[in-house]
Amino acid sequence: MKKRTKFTIVAAAVLVALVFIFAVSPLGRQTICTAGERVPVEGTVSVLAVWGGHELDVFKEMAKPFEKETGINVSYEGTRDINAVLTTRVQAGNPPDIAVLPGPGKMAEFARAGHLVDLSTVFDMERIRADYAKGWLDMGTVGGKLVGVFAKVAIKGLVWYNPHTLEDEGIEIPKDADQMRVISARLARQGKTPWSIGLESGAASGWVGTDWLENIFLRQHGPQKYRDWYEGKLAWTSPEVRETWETWGAIVANPNMVYGGKQYVLSTNFGQAAAPLFMDPPGAYFHMQASFIQSFIKEQFPDLQPGEDFNFFGFPPIHPQYADAVEAAGDLVGMFNDTPQARAFIKYLTTPEAQSYWTSGTGALSANRNVSLVFYPDVLSRNAAQILQKAEIVVFDASDMMPGKMNNAFWSAIMSYVENPARLDSILRNLEQTRRESY
Amino acid sequence: MVLRSTILAVVAVFGVPAGLTLYIFMVEKGVTRLRFTLQKRIRPWLWLTPCLAILSVFLLYPVLNTLVLSFLNNDSTRFIGLQNYVRIFTDREMLIVLRNNAMWLVFFTLVTVTVGLLIAVLTDRVKYEQAAKALIFLPMAISFVAAGVIWKFMYEFRPKGTPQIGTVNAVLTTLSPSFEPQAWLFNPSINNWALIVVGIWIWTGFAMVILSASIKGVPKEIMEAARIDGAGEFQVFFRVTLPIIKPTIVVVTTTLIINVLKIFDIVYVMTNGILRTEVIANRMYKEMFNFMNFGMASTLAVLLLVAIIPVMLLNIKRFGQRGEVQ
Repeated sequence: MKKRTKFTIVAAAVLVALVFIFAVSPLGRQTICTAGERVPVEGTVSVLAVWGGHELDVFKEMAKPFEKETGINVSYEGTRDINAVLTTRVQAGNPPDIAVLPGPGKMAEFARAGHLVDLSTVFDMERIRADYAKGWLDMGTVGGKLVGVFAKVAIKGLVWYNPHTLEDEGIEIPKDADQMRVISARLARQGKTPWSIGLESGAASGWVGTDWLENIFLRQHGPQKYRDWYEGKLAWTSPEVRETWETWGAIVANPNMVYGGKQYVLSTNFGQAAAPLFMDPPGAYFHMQASFIQSFIKEQFPDLQPGEDFNFFGFPPIHPQYADAVEAAGDLVGMFNDTPQARAFIKYLTTPEAQSYWTSGTGALSANRNVSLVFYPDVLSRNAAQILQKAEIVVFDASDMMPGKMNNAFWSAIMSYVENPARLDSILRNLEQTRRESY
Repeated sequence: MVLRSTILAVVAVFGVPAGLTLYIFMVEKGVTRLRFTLQKRIRPWLWLTPCLAILSVFLLYPVLNTLVLSFLNNDSTRFIGLQNYVRIFTDREMLIVLRNNAMWLVFFTLVTVTVGLLIAVLTDRVKYEQAAKALIFLPMAISFVAAGVIWKFMYEFRPKGTPQIGTVNAVLTTLSPSFEPQAWLFNPSINNWALIVVGIWIWTGFAMVILSASIKGVPKEIMEAARIDGAGEFQVFFRVTLPIIKPTIVVVTTTLIINVLKIFDIVYVMTNGILRTEVIANRMYKEMFNFMNFGMASTLAVLLLVAIIPVMLLNIKRFGQRGEVQ
């Protein structure tokens, strides 16, 4: 009897092992590798990206028509720590077919190491040039090769507000930074905190602060200096950079200016930091954040109507000559494995059809200019899309353009600064040392 | 790609055992032809060879390679001598990392062992022992990442005057209305402690279970004899129980030390090292995957290895003496 039980256990174990092996290795599925450009009819394309929650739902919805038409299975893997996960996978020789790239800096590293497929061999370049403005394609080009395309983009540095509370206070939308300062000071004098800021964001905590500084810097010193800054040609201890920190410090380091004081600023997740705008009585009146915060607001407060209950205006200009500057950011997508399935999917991803899923589903902006404004779900995202199309100066998020180490140091410097603004000198000295080491 | 990994899996699962069996079969065939005394001397080595080969490929080689990399620059193209090591002990940021690891090492180990022992002793003779122990042991079953996420919610901060949704602040403000809610993870004077508490919460169960088993192994006769001789409970504990379970305490302590030296998950999930909470393993990961500084990452790995070796030797020695963990 005992022997029998033993046999059964062993047999069961072997069976389980076999089932497992067949389950993890798609022996049964056939992979048709067609030669040339014929569209494959089966197989899998693996995608690694940062999307989760509602964004992920939209992504899946977008992938559905593609899967139905081609029979290709889109296998999605999500992470918030894309930098480390992707680097590890690439180093291990096991990259996903298609991945969101952590930023232009990292993209250039991958491209130079020969990990990324030259997309000009994949796309019909004439179509791509018709769809994407030159600036966007340039940002995805390394050494003359197109290696990244924007899956979706966002405008950074919009100031969000609740029209009802501004009306109650009799506040007009400020036209420049001086007016903004006057309004903030007036609210603060009345014991009402004008701003709400939240810096927490898991492994990337602090990036919200870098957006603040970048937007201020761009409007104080212009796109040329801005470029010098992220290219490592401008010292962190320079008067320009210091002026920017101090400008932001006048808001973030003043407990009368920010909701909840520094503890709230440090510990609040960026996605929830707009909430004080909708409290009763209002916890804050203004919130600086990229266009994508709209989907967070909608998720948190499903009853609010965009345009009526919440709205935005562009970051107030500081120097008139840089008034039309806009900072943008986006998810660059690159291809690591040149398989027919991956080719088919990345082509689909950049079409106006696929892009319109993003815009209508999340209110994200598309860099594809052939996505009709009709596909923006509401007046706010349509306005944002228009700002992007009209902007004279578009610059990319500076911290994303910096080398990994610099970017990381920048993020944590933001946290240290808010924690203790008196240490600005030593924080800037440390950043300067990191700059010398990492360029 | 898919096909290749399938073949690899099949080879690994069936091919390797089959190959090894074949190897041993062949070895036996060859060895039996030799003289008996020679057989006796050669056989163990021949049997050991595959194991040693695998060990050196997967264990020895990486260690040596890491050691070599630690003397090279960030992309391993240039020899820079001890520069990486010097930086670890001079760079301000790195010194904070070392300080944090030292804090973890001392307070985590001390509190976990003490509390574990305390609970083991206190629950030893109560009726609901099993339930109490199960409760304490439960966190051990959760992954560190999950524990980190849970405690992040527990430490959640809301400004004074608004409803506190983090358990810790909610409890404290309810007990004492004048209490100022704290952003536990974002205040450099307390955030390391807040993290260490999470580690203690997870590991106390481990210490408790092993120490409790050891306490149960203390011969009843000795304790009774002590009581008959007039010893109080405290004296019985300190003079009888403690000396007898001392070897187990040492094993538990060393195990905890080895674990805490490479602490990573909790810090990574909860703060990722911001505001002076970084630890060595977390920094190593960043140097490697975010900064692509292979030299520095390897140096930190070597540092951890060197720190762990003496503890490990002690542990192995103990294992050898006792033959088992009680």
